[in-house]
Amino acid sequence: MADKISDETMEHVTKAKNKISDETIEYVGILAKLELSETEKQNAKADMEKMLDYIDTLNELDTSRVEPMSHVFPVNNVFREDVVTNENHMEETLANAPLRGGDSFKVPKTIG
Amino acid sequence: MDILSLSAVELGKKIKAGEISAMEATKASLAQIAAEEPRIHGYVTVDEEGALKQAEEIQKRIENKELTSPLAGVPTAIKDNMCIKGQLTTCSSKILSNFKPTYTAEAVKNLQKAGAVILGKTNMDEFAMGSTTETSYFGPTMNPHDTNHVPGGSSGGSCAAVAARECYYSLGSDTGGSIRQPSSFCGVVGMKPTYGTVSRYGLIAYGSSLDQIGPITKDVTDCAAVLTAIASWDKKDSTSVKRADYDFTSALTEDVKGLRVGIPTDYFTDGLNLEVAGAIRAAARVLAENGAVVEEFDLSLVKYAIPAYYVIASAEASSNLERFDGVKYGYRTPEYEGLHNMYKKTRSEGFGAEVKRRIMLGSFVLSSGYYDAYYLKALRTKALIKAAFDKAFESYDVILAPAAPTTAPELGKSLSDPLKMYLSDIYTVSVNLAGLPGLSIPVGKDKKGLPIGMQLIGNHFQEKTLLRAAYTYERATGKEA
Repeated sequence: MADKISDETMEHVTKAKNKISDETIEYVGILAKLELSETEKQNAKADMEKMLDYIDTLNELDTSRVEPMSHVFPVNNVFREDVVTNENHMEETLANAPLRGGDSFKVPKTIG
Repeated sequence: MDILSLSAVELGKKIKAGEISAMEATKASLAQIAAEEPRIHGYVTVDEEGALKQAEEIQKRIENKELTSPLAGVPTAIKDNMCIKGQLTTCSSKILSNFKPTYTAEAVKNLQKAGAVILGKTNMDEFAMGSTTETSYFGPTMNPHDTNHVPGGSSGGSCAAVAARECYYSLGSDTGGSIRQPSSFCGVVGMKPTYGTVSRYGLIAYGSSLDQIGPITKDVTDCAAVLTAIASWDKKDSTSVKRADYDFTSALTEDVKGLRVGIPTDYFTDGLNLEVAGAIRAAARVLAENGAVVEEFDLSLVKYAIPAYYVIASAEASSNLERFDGVKYGYRTPEYEGLHNMYKKTRSEGFGAEVKRRIMLGSFVLSSGYYDAYYLKALRTKALIKAAFDKAFESYDVILAPAAPTTAPELGKSLSDPLKMYLSDIYTVSVNLAGLPGLSIPVGKDKKGLPIGMQLIGNHFQEKTLLRAAYTYERATGKEA
């Protein structure tokens, strides 16, 4: 997101039909696990309001008798026996670790 | 003979006949990369050493008659969102800038089995989110036809590399038009197959219900050959579809007599550039002159495709990109206080603006209180859009349309207004929502010399109909060099 709030953004804020509150942006930031600066938050609000205004055109459609479609083809669970088919990749996998401790990924303390 | 001007299939034949070696072709491609990259920047990684090693081994196996595929020994490039074991796979993102996968994507494996020489990994919009290749962490790719213009996106590096002859063909991925739109902008042939045709195993997911890998090539013959090589049923991808026929090259015949072609009138509205509209109509006339029955019709629901797409794609992206947290691979922020702070800082520093924008939107539309109003509403709209295509395919074998409303925009003009950029996908996103195959083929250039692409859309599993129509068009017009 841009570093400063553009004039276009400021102009939009006064026109948007959808209003995103500071609390909502805060909450969405928690869900998204993103830490946004104050400027980024203001830009995100404007971006989201503009997108939601646009997405609201879908409300012109009567979908009350339409089932939501997640996949165009029927998708079923695919089960298989839990059999190991690949060799041990421990070293290659750990080679990608940002921080390694012995044969483990090292992370900050997780339990108080 | 200019070795670089050969198509992939032509080169494959000459390699098989012993007229050119895989090593000569590989060296020629690497020299072209060295010459063109400062101008194009189509690659994130060029694996010179690896490519030469592959060429040597593959040449031996061709001579031993072990490798008989039409693509054996032909140099290729892979979009940087497909995993190759031990080779940098970045998705053009800072968060994966140091990631080396422990396995290879199935589509790439299929190419390796066919004897492809992989030259490197191509640039893309970060996590395939963008329409210009300008959101790449490594900087934009330039359009080989005019380097002041973008190549399109998100498979912009793959399309530019083919157009600049830095490889003989490439693989791209298409979630909302990411193969077809840059193919149109770069003057190459690109196809998004029917959902489930090419395994997504090892393709780093953006919108899983929409993502599909496909070929980017110099001509229609190459497109059929590459699709034949990469398509397969794969038990490692639960959405993979078992198809009856995997030989797409048999569709390469000049025959569109009686082919019912429909042009959606609602695609030819205000937003469509007049030069593009003219070129598409002229291309439709070529098919008509060769015996196709071309009609106009009203597809309907066109303006709802983009809002439905952005809800669904962003929702899936927000979920798919949760895995990037700085624990097991990729970038980790250098300073943090505790686990949650590490997650947040890693992601905030590791993702670019467009990726964050879509993760935020996706998290919002999936959040309690908004899920029904946005996410389910979009899935219901998707069902309506699919029904509109089903109805169209009762009357037509092929839907003929532009691939994009304009030719390639100038660099630096798109990112400031995301909504406007999203509108450049208006003719391509609905094809992903409905899971259909779509192909883009060059049909001329505008006054500035920038290529225009025609999109052919088929019903599910009708790739061969698209290839036949495209091949007939190509033959009738004389292939552009």
